[in-house]
Amino acid sequence: MEAFTTHTGRVVPLRRSNVDTDQIIPAHWLKKVTRDGFEDGLFEAWRKNADFVLNQSVYKGGTVLVAGEDFGTGSSREHAVWALQNYGFKVVISPRFADIFRGNSLKNGLLTVVLPPRTVDALWELAESDPSVEVTVDLVQRKVLAPGIEADFELDENARWRLLEGLDDISLTLKNEEAIADYEAKRSAFKPLTQQA
Amino acid sequence: MGRTLAEKVWDDHVVKRAEGEPDLLFIDLHLLHEVTSPQAFDGLRQNGRQVRRTDLTIATEDHNTPTLDIDKPVADPVSRTQLETLRKNCADFGVRLHPLGDVEQGVVHVVGPQLGLTQPGMTVVCGDSHTSTHGAFGALAFGIGTSQVEHVLATQTLTMAPFRTMAVTVNGELPDDVTAKDLILAIIAKIGTGGGQGYVIEYRGEAIEKLSVEARMTICNMSIEAGARAGMIAPDETTFAYVQGRDHAPKGADWDAAVEYWKTLRTDDDAVFDHEVVIEGADLAPFVTWGTNPGQGAPLSESVPDPATFEDDSARLSAEKALEYMGLTAGQALRDVAVDTVFVGSCTNGRIEDLRSAASVLEGRQVAEGLRMLVVPGSVRVSLQAVEEGLDKVFTAAGAEWRHAGCSMCLGMNPDQLQPGERAASTSNRNFEGRQGKGGRTHLVSPQVAAATAVLGHLASPADLSDVRQPAGV
Repeated sequence: MEAFTTHTGRVVPLRRSNVDTDQIIPAHWLKKVTRDGFEDGLFEAWRKNADFVLNQSVYKGGTVLVAGEDFGTGSSREHAVWALQNYGFKVVISPRFADIFRGNSLKNGLLTVVLPPRTVDALWELAESDPSVEVTVDLVQRKVLAPGIEADFELDENARWRLLEGLDDISLTLKNEEAIADYEAKRSAFKPLTQQA
Repeated sequence: MGRTLAEKVWDDHVVKRAEGEPDLLFIDLHLLHEVTSPQAFDGLRQNGRQVRRTDLTIATEDHNTPTLDIDKPVADPVSRTQLETLRKNCADFGVRLHPLGDVEQGVVHVVGPQLGLTQPGMTVVCGDSHTSTHGAFGALAFGIGTSQVEHVLATQTLTMAPFRTMAVTVNGELPDDVTAKDLILAIIAKIGTGGGQGYVIEYRGEAIEKLSVEARMTICNMSIEAGARAGMIAPDETTFAYVQGRDHAPKGADWDAAVEYWKTLRTDDDAVFDHEVVIEGADLAPFVTWGTNPGQGAPLSESVPDPATFEDDSARLSAEKALEYMGLTAGQALRDVAVDTVFVGSCTNGRIEDLRSAASVLEGRQVAEGLRMLVVPGSVRVSLQAVEEGLDKVFTAAGAEWRHAGCSMCLGMNPDQLQPGERAASTSNRNFEGRQGKGGRTHLVSPQVAAATAVLGHLASPADLSDVRQPAGV
C-alpha cells in the first residue's frame, strides 16, 4: 500500500448525502478481475448529466472529494475505492462513512476524513466560490487546512500508523503465526469443515 | 458486568489482543463468490502465498450467473471470464466450489445455511455486505472488502476495530399480515441508513423469538441497510432444530457438545447495550419504500411524503432527489403506484418460505396484463424443493416466469435488469438509483406484497385481493 502523510489538492464539492456504492461504481463494472481501469465507471450515471460536478471544467483535476453524510453505504465492493483512486482522488471528506467502505479505503491508502457537517458546508462554499482553492489534509498533524478553515480530525492511532508507513496488513498479521496456530489447536471439534484439508 | 451475545462470540475468537491495536479474530467460515475474489487470489499469487485453511473456505457462483439457458455457455464474455477466473482460482488453490449447474449452487448466503455450514457462535465472513444474513443463527457475520478477503485467505484471521452494541427489541406479536421484511424495513426507516454505523445490532424480544430461522435471516440480512457492522439473533430451540441433520451439522457427541455451547450464547441479564431501540410489534403494517435508499419507506396504507415536511436539510434534499428519480409526487397514495415488473428472490427473500408466501397469494390468480414477474429461487436446493411442492406450477400458471437460481435482478449483473424508467416491486434489499438496471426504479417489498402487487398491477397487499381469486380448478 502507498503511504499517506500529507496531501494538498483542489476540492470537488459533491452536495449529496447517502452516496451509495452503486452510484460510486455501478454493478456492471464489477465484472472486471483487476484493480485498475475503473475511472470511467466512477459516478457513471450521474456523469451523464452535463451539470454534474465532475463534468464542470473548473473542478477537473480535483483530488479531495467532499460529500454529505453516509458516504459509501451499500455493498462491500472495494471497486468503489479503486474507482475513486483510479480517477485521481486521494482523500474523501464526509460527516459519516459506511463502515465497510471506510475499512476498504484505509487498506488502499485512500484517506477518509470525518468532519462535522458545518465544516463540510464551509468546504463546499469555499470550493464553490473559488474552485481553484487548495486544501491540505495532513495525516501527521490530523488537520484539514484551507483558507479560513482549520479542522482537526480523528483517526485511530493504529490505522494512522499503518497509513503513514504504508504497511501491508497481511505481513503484519503473519508475524502472529504462533498465536494463530495456538488458537487453531484449541478450536472445538464440533465446528464445521467445508472439506478435508 | 455481563456481556452481550456479540461480545461473547467476539471474545471467543480473539487470537491476539494488545493495547492500542485492533483485535485479531479467527474466522470460522469464509464464503467466496466470483465478484470480489479475483483480485484477492491475484494478491496471493504475487506474494507466493497459499490459502491457509481450505477446509474453512467454500465458493459458489451467484452474482453473474444467468437464470435462463444455464446449460449453454454464459453469453456475456466479461461475466464468463469472471466465472472462469473463480473456477481456475479454486482449482489452483484447492478451494471447494459449487459452480453453475451444481446442485449446491446458489446465492452464497442461501448456500451456507442450507449446507449447515452456518452455525451459532461462529465468525463468518464473505466479500459481500449481506453476509450479515448469517447472524440469524447467532453467528457474528461481516461483509468484507477484497483486501480483507485476501487477508482471510492468507491468514484465516481479520483485524477488526472494536464495535458498539445496539439492541433492537420488538415487543409483542406481529399482526398476521406483517412479515419479517415489513419489520426490517420499518426498523431501517426508524433508525436511518446510518443509524447502525459502528454497531452490531442484536434483534430480540417476543416478536423476534417467534420468527422462523428463515424470517430471522431476512431481518439480519438487511442490518447493513441500517449501516450496521452486523446483525444477530440469539440461538434457541428454533435455531437448533433448523441446523440439526444438515450436511455439515455436528453429529452424535459433537451435536451435544455444540448445543451445550450454543445455549450459553445469550446476552446476560446485566449486560448493557450502548444503544437501545424498542418497537411494538402490534403497531406495524405492510411496509414499502418510496425513495432511493432503504430508509425511505412508509406503511403501504400511507402516501408519498412531502419533502417540505422534512426538518433536516440533508433528509429533505435527499427526499427531493429521490422523488424526482422515482417519478413520484408528494401526496400520491402508495397503493396508486403502478409497477411494470415484480421480482421475487435474492438473499433477502429467496428461500423456500418466501416462495411459499408469494405462491399462496398467487394461487388461483393471474399476474396483471403487461406486467412481468420473475421468480428466482435463492439456490438450486430451494428450486428443487419448490418444484417438489408444486410452487413452480403456481407461479407459471399465474403468468410469472420461473427462473434458475442466482442473485439475478437484485443487482442486475446478469441479463435480468430493468429498462430505463421501468418500475419494480422487488423483494430484494436495495432501492438505490440504477440498482436493478440503469434508470430503473425500485420499491422494496415483502414476498406477499410482491405477489399481490403482481396481481393488481399497483403496490398492494394480500388484503386488497379478497375479490379476485378464481375458484379452485378454474
